[in-house]
Amino acid sequence: MSAAPTSQQKPILQLVGVRKTFGDFTAVDDIDLDVREGEFLTIVGPSGSGKTTLLRMLAGLEKPSEGWITLAGENLNDVPPNRRPTCLVFQSLALFPHKTVGENIEFPLKVKGVAAAARKERALELMRVVRLPESYYAKNVMKCSGGERQRVAIARALAYDPAVLFFDEPLSAIDYKLKKILEKELKDLHKETGKTFIYITHSLEEAMVMSDRIGVMRTGRLVQVGTPEEIYARPVDRFVSEFVGEVNVVAVEKGADGAWRSPDLSGPVALALPEALAEAERVELVIRPEYMRFVAEGERADNVLEGVVYNEYSLGSRVQYQVRCGERVVLVELSRSKALAASVDRTVRVGWDAADAIVVGG
Amino acid sequence: MSEPAPAALPVTAGERALSLGAKCSLPVAVLLALGFAAPLVAIFAFSFATPRSFDVFRSFTLANYATLFDPSNTVWLSFAWSIGFAFATVALLAVVAYPIAFGLDRVFGRAASAMSLLFVFPLFVSENVRLYGWTLFFIKNGVLDGTAKALALAGGTDVLYSPGMILFGMVYTYLPFMLFPITLGLAMVPRDIVDAARDLGAGRLTIWREIELPLAMPGILIGMLLTFVLGIGAVAEAKILGGQSVIVISHDIEIAFTYSQNWPLGSALAVIVSVFVGALTLWGLSRLDLDRLLGRR
Repeated sequence: MSAAPTSQQKPILQLVGVRKTFGDFTAVDDIDLDVREGEFLTIVGPSGSGKTTLLRMLAGLEKPSEGWITLAGENLNDVPPNRRPTCLVFQSLALFPHKTVGENIEFPLKVKGVAAAARKERALELMRVVRLPESYYAKNVMKCSGGERQRVAIARALAYDPAVLFFDEPLSAIDYKLKKILEKELKDLHKETGKTFIYITHSLEEAMVMSDRIGVMRTGRLVQVGTPEEIYARPVDRFVSEFVGEVNVVAVEKGADGAWRSPDLSGPVALALPEALAEAERVELVIRPEYMRFVAEGERADNVLEGVVYNEYSLGSRVQYQVRCGERVVLVELSRSKALAASVDRTVRVGWDAADAIVVGG
Repeated sequence: MSEPAPAALPVTAGERALSLGAKCSLPVAVLLALGFAAPLVAIFAFSFATPRSFDVFRSFTLANYATLFDPSNTVWLSFAWSIGFAFATVALLAVVAYPIAFGLDRVFGRAASAMSLLFVFPLFVSENVRLYGWTLFFIKNGVLDGTAKALALAGGTDVLYSPGMILFGMVYTYLPFMLFPITLGLAMVPRDIVDAARDLGAGRLTIWREIELPLAMPGILIGMLLTFVLGIGAVAEAKILGGQSVIVISHDIEIAFTYSQNWPLGSALAVIVSVFVGALTLWGLSRLDLDRLLGRR
């Protein structure tokens, strides 16, 4: 399942057949993954998909029931978290409430026995890296705002100087606008530090912004690993495609005559079958709303349906149309500059070309 | 947010004087005044009454206090015993209760506080009965001694009626009062924070010193304060397990009120103890800044 590491990027963290069971429940199931040195890898999945358990195993807070986790070739399975050269930024941030910003950041240095003056120097340096004003050094950490605490938590993790940095949805409790800023800052920070980041989130949108690669998890399994472009353009199944956003899904079956048919379309369905599915009898076509279009008189598309525009929604730079074609609803998205005038209740033809549909196993 | 009262409704004097909150607290306030403040006032007044009399509120003399502070009076010895026992009880309890609380927290998690309440069940049995139970256990030819003899070990050592036995009794009696607050205190330490410290390289001892202990400190200090106050007032342990080999201050007060029939002297002694304990408690509480310990400020 995992993409093979390219020659110039050697894997730093390797997972081989990692499983975690709690009684009868399998939280993480047979995960193979190579994390490349210096990459920003995001594991994304709905709640309960096992992503947090996976991260806790990487950090050493849980032990794998089966399989191995190796860091730079060394087996980590029996290494306790305080001896691992990795560090986790918790979802709750887990800042020490009785300590100041400076004391929080200096904690891993104090544990290592670094002298007070050197600790302070390093803390102030890290505060600059995470863009915290120097005056915050002596401030009680609980008096900081959400975004500031975020920065403290990251600076504290960086002070540990880990080989790999883990993030467990640290932005989930932050309001949308600040989140957008912090996402970009985190990506900048990744570039500045050159460290390997492994980030967990339930938001693919968040993953898309920051990651070099994304791994999609579902019920304990890693369904797909790839670049954001790959995940978006070539999802391996309907689950991944729907995770990216709203999609139109058309189920098609191969008829006795060898032609593909769908209850939604009158004629045979034109589709470009990938090699992997050459033997398939039934597949699903995933068509993103932005690849659906209105087909005017005299124009043609590979597949066409007739319907009535039921409603339209403004999505900012784009407009989405809900078109009712018999029993089914088709979503069409146009950029605002190409929006239909007086669209509602109009009878329209919608269609897509075979090349624009993603074919997944049915 | 308060709306002005409609002018049409006449407002009685009582309504004007008391807010809703004050009215609601009235029953409790009356109860506290009668049951808590009044006896204190009576004791305070008695301490200035003529010695060996019941002339409370009618006489004023400092003779009782003069008697207590007279260098020939050995009451200070009882006082010293009480303070010593109280401090030793607190210290021992802190050491005994912390590991129990820690274990409860680890095993029962959120239910740990409820579990520590189970330690209160022995309180349903009268303290005297429980202490006499221990007497039967420790007394010569009792459970311990008898068993030792039956096993052909050297028995006959008398452990009862010693200061050590009094201390044992106090630690035994006041365990729940230390355990419950400490368990609450430890429950307030988020597991995530401990995990984070471990992840940042801290070992068990560092986590305890830097994270757990400071974060659980409010509970620990409340437990210490509670058991100290109880320890100063303890009397049954010294009487039953100590066999009056040591007279504690509460026993002196009891003797003054009962055997000697010298209420003014007993009252003066009670006032001194109350003032001492009150001052120490207030000082302790002022040092105990809960907000700061919890990092809220």
